[in-house]
Amino acid sequence: MADLPAIYLRLISARIRAQLQYRLSFLLDVLGSFFLTIIDFLAIIVIFYHLPALAGWTLEEVAFLYGTSYVIFKLVDMLIGHLDGLGDQVQAGQFDMIMVRPLGALFQVVTLDFGMRQLGAVLQGLIIFGLALWRVDIDWNTGRVLLLAQMPFSGALIFASVWVAGHTIIFWITRGREAINAFTYGGNMFTTYPIQIYGAWLRRLLAFIIPLAFVNYLPALYILDKPNPLGVPDALRFASPLVAVIAAIVAWRLWNFGVRHYRSTGS
Amino acid sequence: MAIITVQDLEKTFAVSRRREGARGLIGRLARETVQVRAVDGISFAVKRGEMVGYIGPNGAGKSTTIKMLTGILVPSGGTVQVMDLDPSRRRIDVARRIGVVFGQRSQLWWDLPLADSFALLRHIYRIPEQRYRANVAQFTELLDLGGFLQTPVRQLSLGQRMRGELTAALLHDPEILYLDEPTIGLDVVAKARIREFLAQLNVDRGVTVLLTTHDMGDIERLCSRMLVIDHGRVIYDGDVQAIKERYGGERTLIVDLEEPGPPIDVPGARVVKVDGPRQWLRFHRTDATAASLVAAVAARARLLDLTIEEPAIEDIVRRIYEGEAAWEASTA
Ligand SMILES: Nc1ncnc2c1ncn2[C@@H]1O[C@H](COP(=O)(O)OP(=O)(O)OP(=O)(O)O)[C@@H](O)[C@H]1O
Ligand SMILES: [Mg+2]
Repeated sequence: MADLPAIYLRLISARIRAQLQYRLSFLLDVLGSFFLTIIDFLAIIVIFYHLPALAGWTLEEVAFLYGTSYVIFKLVDMLIGHLDGLGDQVQAGQFDMIMVRPLGALFQVVTLDFGMRQLGAVLQGLIIFGLALWRVDIDWNTGRVLLLAQMPFSGALIFASVWVAGHTIIFWITRGREAINAFTYGGNMFTTYPIQIYGAWLRRLLAFIIPLAFVNYLPALYILDKPNPLGVPDALRFASPLVAVIAAIVAWRLWNFGVRHYRSTGS
Repeated sequence: MAIITVQDLEKTFAVSRRREGARGLIGRLARETVQVRAVDGISFAVKRGEMVGYIGPNGAGKSTTIKMLTGILVPSGGTVQVMDLDPSRRRIDVARRIGVVFGQRSQLWWDLPLADSFALLRHIYRIPEQRYRANVAQFTELLDLGGFLQTPVRQLSLGQRMRGELTAALLHDPEILYLDEPTIGLDVVAKARIREFLAQLNVDRGVTVLLTTHDMGDIERLCSRMLVIDHGRVIYDGDVQAIKERYGGERTLIVDLEEPGPPIDVPGARVVKVDGPRQWLRFHRTDATAASLVAAVAARARLLDLTIEEPAIEDIVRRIYEGEAAWEASTA
């Protein structure tokens, strides 16, 4: 167990070396991910071209949500986004070989690749986040600093949990990839806007059942000193770490349950 | 001391199928779920150091059994004990002590040189540096890997890759080696080399081997015991030699005569085939010796050439299957 980080680094660095063999295509991938994702922010700017505020949020405040969502989500994507290849692996029976090695199955799937190209999107998110911090007037105190500092950790754990829990479905429905993407990539989009703009049902599902509101929206209410319009207890603004740990436990259990239902293939 | 114990093992797959005889659009879209009993109550035990052939026709349940022994699949019923552990509950502990080669899958890193795959496995299995070096050196020599250790795996030929897979499965000194069709698709030379290697491995290191194959040559060369399964059940478990004797007492004398003629009538044998001047005479060891038959044939016709065919295990296995089928039919 103690040497897992070392094994992780070895496996990942083998992947990175393989990717860097093709320098040009690697650079193009990074640039591509930078520009493709910045289009999402342009869409927000277009909205604000017509409106002074979105559900009471200024452009700078939405940029805060956007930046935190993107940086956190894309970092998770970089680390475990290749989980979306699980369906192909299971279908080809290649998951068999993962099961005969003395390492956790999730650990092995996650170390099969490394999404270096997501660096472009992370950078893009960081720039937007930096701009937001610069333009928004935050009344800093210890609580706000701490709340901001924990966001990447809780947020990443929540996104990662969605990713892992979602992909558990693959053990029953091998072609479930698109449906799962609705929650992973969809979750990224969802958390770039203030969630009171969504309909009640979608909000209940994505913000609280799948606890995406705890990634950035609820902490942001306190950090940016916004009113709490959803009628949820004010304390929830500080509950992200707890929720993240619970989400991770649930996802881990689901994953193990799924692995025990792996059927392999007939040939 | 049994290293593998399997008791009443079962695996059922729910498979959804189009309804049979369905008509119309709705009928064709409607699917039904059927339960495929891939492994249907198998029991056996393997002793430490044994080399067992696990054979049977396509779809018999061989791979499914191996997947339960390795912890890939969770059994639907019955129990498995491998080195006193339940593989589906203690998958990782079992994995540390077994090696697996599936002819249809690869455990090597496709875009890395073979040597790099080995290096990664060293860390995954936490193999002590010295053991690792000694093993790589030994397998490189025995399997002649030297020429392609630095070649990316995707560029290897099937035979080269299989030798790499075997090494990869053995670097951590496993106590049990599971081989599911390790010689599939290989040419005669490559097969022979792998058989040699496995035989030696079993002698030198005492590794227990469970081998699945459709090539009876593998079994004859390597295994003293075989388990024959069909429709998820064991239909034979015992000596390879004994089964050869029980079902394979009959040999065939093939004679090339100077001229085509009617079937030769000699006591103790019967002609089963005639093709121009060539005739096939089947005889049982208890009724005649090859020498006496040859003499009898030579007394009746001019003999140019002859060969004696030993029964192939394929035939024997087919006869076990047929015997089983007949037996089932008679008790049904
Ligand atoms: N993952 C699966 N899902 C559904 N059915 C399966 C699955 N795996 C195996 N089967 C079915 O179970 C039966 C046994 O399959 P198995 O692969 O164990 O046979 P086998 O003896 O290894 O055959 P072969 O010699 O062709 O490799 C077959 O009918 C097969 O179709
Ligand atoms: Mg098979």
